Amino acid sequence: MSSQNPTTFSFTKESLKKQFRWSEFLAEKIISGVAFLSIAIIFLIFIFVFKESLPLFSSSKTVEKTEIQVTSTTQPETYGAPTEDLEPETYGTPTEDLTAIDVVETNELEPETYGEAVEELTVGTEEETPKITETNKEGKNNTWSTFLSCEWFPVSENPRFGLIALLIGTLKVTIIAMLFAGPLGVLAALYTSTFASKRAKEIIKPVIELLAAFPSVVIGFFALMIMATFFQNLFGYETRLNAFVGGVAMALAAIPIIYTISEDALSAVPKTYTEASLALGASKWQTAFFVTLPAAIPGIFAAILLGIGRVFGETMIVLMATGNAALNSANPFESVRTFAATIGSEMAETVFGETHYSVLFFIGSLLFVFSFGLNALAEFYVKGKLIKKIQGK
Amino acid sequence: MKDIKIEVNKLSLYYGEKLALNEISMQIPRNKVTALIGPSGCGKSTFLRSINRMNDLIPDVKITGEMLVEGVNIYDKNVDVVNIRKKIGMVFQKSNPFPKSIYENIAYGPKINGIKDKKQLDEIVETSLRQAAIWDEVKDRLGDSAMGLSGGQQQRLCIARTLAVSPDIVLMDEPASALDPISTSKIEELVHQLKEQYTIIIVTHNMQQAARTSDYTAFFYLGELIEMDKTKSIFTKPSKKQTEDYITGRFG
Repeated sequence: MSSQNPTTFSFTKESLKKQFRWSEFLAEKIISGVAFLSIAIIFLIFIFVFKESLPLFSSSKTVEKTEIQVTSTTQPETYGAPTEDLEPETYGTPTEDLTAIDVVETNELEPETYGEAVEELTVGTEEETPKITETNKEGKNNTWSTFLSCEWFPVSENPRFGLIALLIGTLKVTIIAMLFAGPLGVLAALYTSTFASKRAKEIIKPVIELLAAFPSVVIGFFALMIMATFFQNLFGYETRLNAFVGGVAMALAAIPIIYTISEDALSAVPKTYTEASLALGASKWQTAFFVTLPAAIPGIFAAILLGIGRVFGETMIVLMATGNAALNSANPFESVRTFAATIGSEMAETVFGETHYSVLFFIGSLLFVFSFGLNALAEFYVKGKLIKKIQGK
Repeated sequence: MKDIKIEVNKLSLYYGEKLALNEISMQIPRNKVTALIGPSGCGKSTFLRSINRMNDLIPDVKITGEMLVEGVNIYDKNVDVVNIRKKIGMVFQKSNPFPKSIYENIAYGPKINGIKDKKQLDEIVETSLRQAAIWDEVKDRLGDSAMGLSGGQQQRLCIARTLAVSPDIVLMDEPASALDPISTSKIEELVHQLKEQYTIIIVTHNMQQAARTSDYTAFFYLGELIEMDKTKSIFTKPSKKQTEDYITGRFG
């Protein structure tokens, strides 16, 4: 009775009994496992990056001696212990050897920086700890106060980490890039989705999307060698590599993203809207601008945000085309240095565990927080208020 | 049939190679409701859409013959299609309000026609909504999204939107096919009132609806106009056998 043909089974309590389907259960668990893993990986990346910048925070405030000891004991938990556990696995004995040597060096040469964690590794004498952190305290207080300055001199005798200058640089390049990429990308998308003939669309769309597959180093190279000279001849400004060149080059990288997503959003606007508008005696332009575009606003906004995200985090192009001088000026024709380019160019030159090293990781966390904030803004403001304003409550 | 609004002379329409309308000739009277009936795929919607040249949007459409509206051939090369559509409005089968507020939906047409004065727009919005018998239901929430209205309200909103640009002719493509009987009767009532000011052409699958609402009825079959006459005569003593078979349900 149990081996009934499934199509002819009768409705008995027996045949309708709940079945446990192993394969489905497994597939479901694997899929959800993968989903959680990917989320966890992103979180872990953020936590790791942020953790590397922790030394900046731990002793930044004016603390009592006892508290310093607390920090020095808490820190090994966050930083020291993992290195003990993890590093031997990954790097094996060399790390232990290296750090052992490092410790000797750092203790002698640069007591400012990383004392606490390294010490824990070599089980240094407890008495040394407060002293070192005390010197740390002063150095790091200075570090914090320089964050709001406009000078970026990470390797000078008196290091200054003026994040403001970098922020200005990043914003300048982003704004210039979006001023070009936003309108160009959206209008190109509007053209292909509403005006272009089917044939033209079949050619234009893949060609622009191909630009997205362009390695950014190639765009950077192009900007460095050709665009920079061209713009200099055209506008006659002094600095050859500047925010404007970098911004325009970044626009090239952002246009395909903005174009592709806005094109999808515009094409997804129901044809019935277009028909209704045309039947009211609207011209093609009026229909495109007053009906199709507003109806696709959420998608277009998402496209622009993604474009901003791309520009914000882009490293290679800015590294090559902006001149990399952390200047504090609003002039678009002066060199700038962005957050991402700073990490890209300096990470290889910092001493592991030094303040400079931590500051770079702090910049990394800042980039994370910015893009997170950008998305949150999109989610809550755009999907909530802006759309209501355009499309009615 | 004295006062003729639209005169069609041997209008043929091809989708690529396929003949969709075969030499249609008919006269549509002014300020009357003309119903187009016939089985699916017989070309009645195609014919309706060719009256305001909506078929232009479909690639590979070829049209021969004449469509004279007030004596002007709208398929003439010198005629601007945008201006035609301003005078010949259309209500679609599926209600398709814009994803904007109710007010903006109605004001859209006048706005693109260059009316900017807020007071004038308010007035147009109110009269259009009143004409479409939906004013009382929406007057307190003109700022709300039109997508939040019920199906029947959306369709009446679409009618109001069409009326807001003050057309001469209103084309309706099965305006009540997706609506419940109550909304349908509201739309039919509306059609009845509107014919005083507009010439209305309505496509319908519903024979009772054609009988109830229209003054004239045209029966299409396989891309040809079989018969057109006063609705009363079509439904009581049709002159063609095919028409009789169709309206009595003995078709096919």
